[in-house]
Amino acid sequence: MSILINKNTKVICQGFTGKNGTFHSEQAIAYGTKMVGGVTPGKGGTEHLGLPVFNTVADAVAATGADASVIYVPAPFVMDSIMEAVDSGIQLIVCITEGVPTLDMLKCKIACDNAGIVLIGPNCPGVITPDECKIGIMPGHIHKKGRVGIVSRSGTLTYEAVKQTTDMGFGQSTCVGIGGDPIPGSNFIDILARFQEDPETEAIVMIGEIGGTAEEEAAEFIKQNVTKPVVSYIAGSTAPPGKRMGHAGAIISGGKGTADEKFAALEAAGVTVTRNLAEIGVTLKEATGW
Amino acid sequence: MNLHEYQGKALFREYGLPVSNGVACDTTEEVLAAAKQIGGDMWVVKAQVHAGGRGKAGGVKLVKTEAEIREFCDRHIGSRLVTYQTDANGQPVSKILIETCTDIANELYLGAVVDRSTRRIVFMASTEGGVEIEKVAEETPEKILKAAIDPLVGPQPYQARQMGFQLGLNPTQMKQFTQIFMGLAKLFDEKDVALIEINPLVITEEGNLHCLDAKIVIDSNAMYRHPELAAMHDPSQEDEREAIAAKWELNYVALEGSIGCMVNGAGLAMGTMDTVKLYGGAPANFLDVGGGATKERVAEAFKLILSDSSVKAVFVNIFGGIVRCDMIAEGIIGAVEEVGVEVPVVVRLEGTNADKGAEILSQSDLNIIAGSSLADAAQKVVAAAGGAA
Repeated sequence: MSILINKNTKVICQGFTGKNGTFHSEQAIAYGTKMVGGVTPGKGGTEHLGLPVFNTVADAVAATGADASVIYVPAPFVMDSIMEAVDSGIQLIVCITEGVPTLDMLKCKIACDNAGIVLIGPNCPGVITPDECKIGIMPGHIHKKGRVGIVSRSGTLTYEAVKQTTDMGFGQSTCVGIGGDPIPGSNFIDILARFQEDPETEAIVMIGEIGGTAEEEAAEFIKQNVTKPVVSYIAGSTAPPGKRMGHAGAIISGGKGTADEKFAALEAAGVTVTRNLAEIGVTLKEATGW
Repeated sequence: MNLHEYQGKALFREYGLPVSNGVACDTTEEVLAAAKQIGGDMWVVKAQVHAGGRGKAGGVKLVKTEAEIREFCDRHIGSRLVTYQTDANGQPVSKILIETCTDIANELYLGAVVDRSTRRIVFMASTEGGVEIEKVAEETPEKILKAAIDPLVGPQPYQARQMGFQLGLNPTQMKQFTQIFMGLAKLFDEKDVALIEINPLVITEEGNLHCLDAKIVIDSNAMYRHPELAAMHDPSQEDEREAIAAKWELNYVALEGSIGCMVNGAGLAMGTMDTVKLYGGAPANFLDVGGGATKERVAEAFKLILSDSSVKAVFVNIFGGIVRCDMIAEGIIGAVEEVGVEVPVVVRLEGTNADKGAEILSQSDLNIIAGSSLADAAQKVVAAAGGAA
């Protein structure tokens, strides 16, 4: 078991023949991901990386039975690509593209929710279940199959947590980069709930950063619903309070959003926090007694 | 991307919102000419900067004479305005907006923002308009009225009515408020707004609603589909080095410490700063070279870091995912050779091709200190910069 993806997950790529789609699909195939094809409008019927190319996601799903789609198309085309995947019976959409307009995501998020489809991203590294399936841009070789579930808003901070849990010998069940955009397809709570249910995940590492109130909301959820040990780090303690315009941002966040407030909320929820990025692995060892 | 008040008001006008008759000017003479053109015997002059709190900082004034206009313009044009929403250097003033006066009976607040937790555009209104609105929100949150817009259905007039009745508006004002609310929501949606604020939204002595200020922030990700808004970009309101960084697609923020940081990924860049601080150092900047860093961009990043004379050591922390460490290593060598680096450079490479990158660096005859882990590298760079503060 794992969450979201495993060795049986059949993956297609939207933006397959583009530069990013090509490079990362090659990496995914090399890692052992069950890539079954890709979509590039107008190139249907051809072959790319030894896999069939389709004109539409619907064609790809009909021919391959794909469950998941990874999106590498440029930002202006992301809403179109997500909606196409939603309408074609894809169950999991992972959008790697950064720079997607926020108002596009407001609409896509609702469409995914209404259709019961899981969206990860945009602006994220993707999802990996070590030794089984890699969907995204993370370097596969730093991962190790194991018992820690990792969820993070930041790509490179996810890698940092992965490396430390690999070095300690714990390994990972599944790692999910939910992305740093204001409106992510899935948030901490969505992923924490899955880790709590997953028998292979014995402990959870949650990496947050300043801004927004997602970590505070996650803390509340953990307090009520998560019985597994959770270790957390929040980036941005030293970030200066930037120049700002007006008051609306401060009013809506109700004074939350700083690293200190997030650490405090997590501690109050029984999460073991570390303020030292270099000590996520060590802190996890202490929290679990492994 | 932030807009100036005069640009925001032009958008308001386009969407049918009531704003004052005014002219944005570059020089004192232009302001004087505009005063004549507008007419009357009293005007408001407002320094145009990307920040709030201008009134308290002396950036907004009621003027009646040519001498007063001259005094205000000469003082502000070409100088910097410091408000509680800017940093200590303030923001440069290059334009003055001169407007007709408005007789104010009452000040309301109306704003809208994308709320991350409800995933909706949320409108906020309050009878407690003016500069103390944040205090109101903190101490008496029940005085902030909220309305969430359904992304599929769009704004509905009942939402404006609901707010309007609670604001205590009369029937005429209710109609005006509904028009403002619907116009603002349309503007928000059509122009990819991230934040919009009318503070204050005043009730004039004649009893009409009037937008006295306009703050608009546009979603930078959506600029590609709004060339008309991209043309409103005012780079003078951004830090010079930050503007250079943006040109190279680097994300840079200047800070006041002595350790220059070059990192890939915004989260890790913040985490690196936190780690430097934890080991007693002070970061000189936040710098994210991004996911698709090239050799050239790494070199530019280096130049940017070293253009800050308070930098005593440089910390390169790269966790290669898409970015290959060997490419970063070559970029570092190229930059060091081109710029001539005289301060110690501590490098920690991890992830894709980390070994190859380390090999390239060790084979060069440059004075580069290798960090074996994040903690090790952070400690080394703090020591290299002269030890913990």
